[in-house]
Amino acid sequence: MCLAVPGCVEEIYDEAGTRMGRVRFGSVVRDVCLAYLPDLQVGEYTIVHVGFAISRIDEESAQKTLQTFDELGLLEEELEEMQRTSSDTRSSSAPTPR
Amino acid sequence: MKYLDEYRDGQKCRRLADEISRLVTRPWSIMEVCGGQTHSIIRNGIDQILPDEITMIHGPGCPVCVTPLKMIDRALSIAARPEVIFCSFGDMLRVPGSKDDLFRIRAAGGDVRLVYSPLDAVTIAQDNPDREVVFFAIGFETTAPANAMAVKIAARRGLSNFSMLVSHVLVPPAIEAIMRAPGCRVNAFLAAGHVCCVTGFRQYPPLCEQYGVPIVVTGFEPLDILEGIRRAVVQLENGQAFVENAYARVVSEQGNTAAQAVLDEVFQVTDRGWRGIGVIPRSGWKLSDTWRDFDAEYRFPADDIQTCESDRCRAGEVLQGTIRPDQCEAFGRECTPRTPLGATMVSSEGACAAYYNYGRFVALEPASSGRS
Ligand code: SF4
Repeated sequence: MCLAVPGCVEEIYDEAGTRMGRVRFGSVVRDVCLAYLPDLQVGEYTIVHVGFAISRIDEESAQKTLQTFDELGLLEEELEEMQRTSSDTRSSSAPTPR
Repeated sequence: MKYLDEYRDGQKCRRLADEISRLVTRPWSIMEVCGGQTHSIIRNGIDQILPDEITMIHGPGCPVCVTPLKMIDRALSIAARPEVIFCSFGDMLRVPGSKDDLFRIRAAGGDVRLVYSPLDAVTIAQDNPDREVVFFAIGFETTAPANAMAVKIAARRGLSNFSMLVSHVLVPPAIEAIMRAPGCRVNAFLAAGHVCCVTGFRQYPPLCEQYGVPIVVTGFEPLDILEGIRRAVVQLENGQAFVENAYARVVSEQGNTAAQAVLDEVFQVTDRGWRGIGVIPRSGWKLSDTWRDFDAEYRFPADDIQTCESDRCRAGEVLQGTIRPDQCEAFGRECTPRTPLGATMVSSEGACAAYYNYGRFVALEPASSGRS
């Protein structure tokens, strides 16, 4: 759960006073809270941990990290985690073993 | 070592390992504090390409592993309540409590939901106004800003059915406890890069000075870890002990000041028990008194919890780096990821799980035959 993954900000919006963004991680796009990086812009890259942008990173380093995570199989695991849990947010699901 | 060979930068890793071999003249023990780094080291076989002089000691930096048993039992009793929707990071699902785990509570009808972000739990609270939604807020300094913001957002939205069971832990007091422990073997630390994203690294120079240990802020990719080790070795060989940032593309000295401000507002420092290790003074965060309405410990009082830890599990020694997982008699026998006796066998960042999942149990026979 401590992994943080770089992603690219595609859109920034305000949700009831909270600065939010749509961030792309490879093939997955997720809503991310941008409150801790108040001057981050669309097109910039950020390190995201449990749905929060915590640090800015330049594009080249971000791409390299994404590629490394991908080669090591870590990216897939993390993206699965993002998607697997999204159904639980909506409803109570049947127990599924990990 | 299969993984490293398939990895594009595998050659660069080997060159760095060769460079470390060239530099090293004496045995050194280096502790990676963070469980994410433990995972990367074992998974990628980094410890196996290092010279024999370098011993990597796996530290206590797995939040799932160190969450105290009493807190797990408390979580289980809250999760079993019919009015509660209990939200947790997926890693906590199979962490053994005294008798149960969240997975079994869920199978028995408890409404336990896995979330990726604490904000998902806030959304659940908003969508279910007639239910009590409790989020299990664990983690190191990396995760704490997210959890702190979740409380603020819940307050801003006027949600009275959202609360958090907070069990945050802090890295610098843990480093201090490790250095003070009798028989401490650690000569240098790799500090967790993502923790430092948030906190920066101004807290570390006093530790370097007081205990004479180099601390190198390090990332998670194989090349980052080897570079962190290389810099630590250079300092050790030169008799130096200072803080170095080997992860400057992500970490700055001051860290994320916006996050630090919210942490100050929402949390206060507290003594915290670490599973298997015991209480470390001022090593955790809890919600400060102004946020008590959102504190599940007050909302669901339970003071009669009797904990019972497996007497076979040696996770405390594993977490403090005094034994390797494969030196525990239960490792790979009674204790596997399917039948865990301790939390370090469950979490993907736990050292026991890393050794098991990446085939280190082949070392089981020689390691255990020497013990009685
Ligand atoms: S192998 Fe299992 S029983 Fe042994 S220390 Fe690790 S978690 Fe505990």
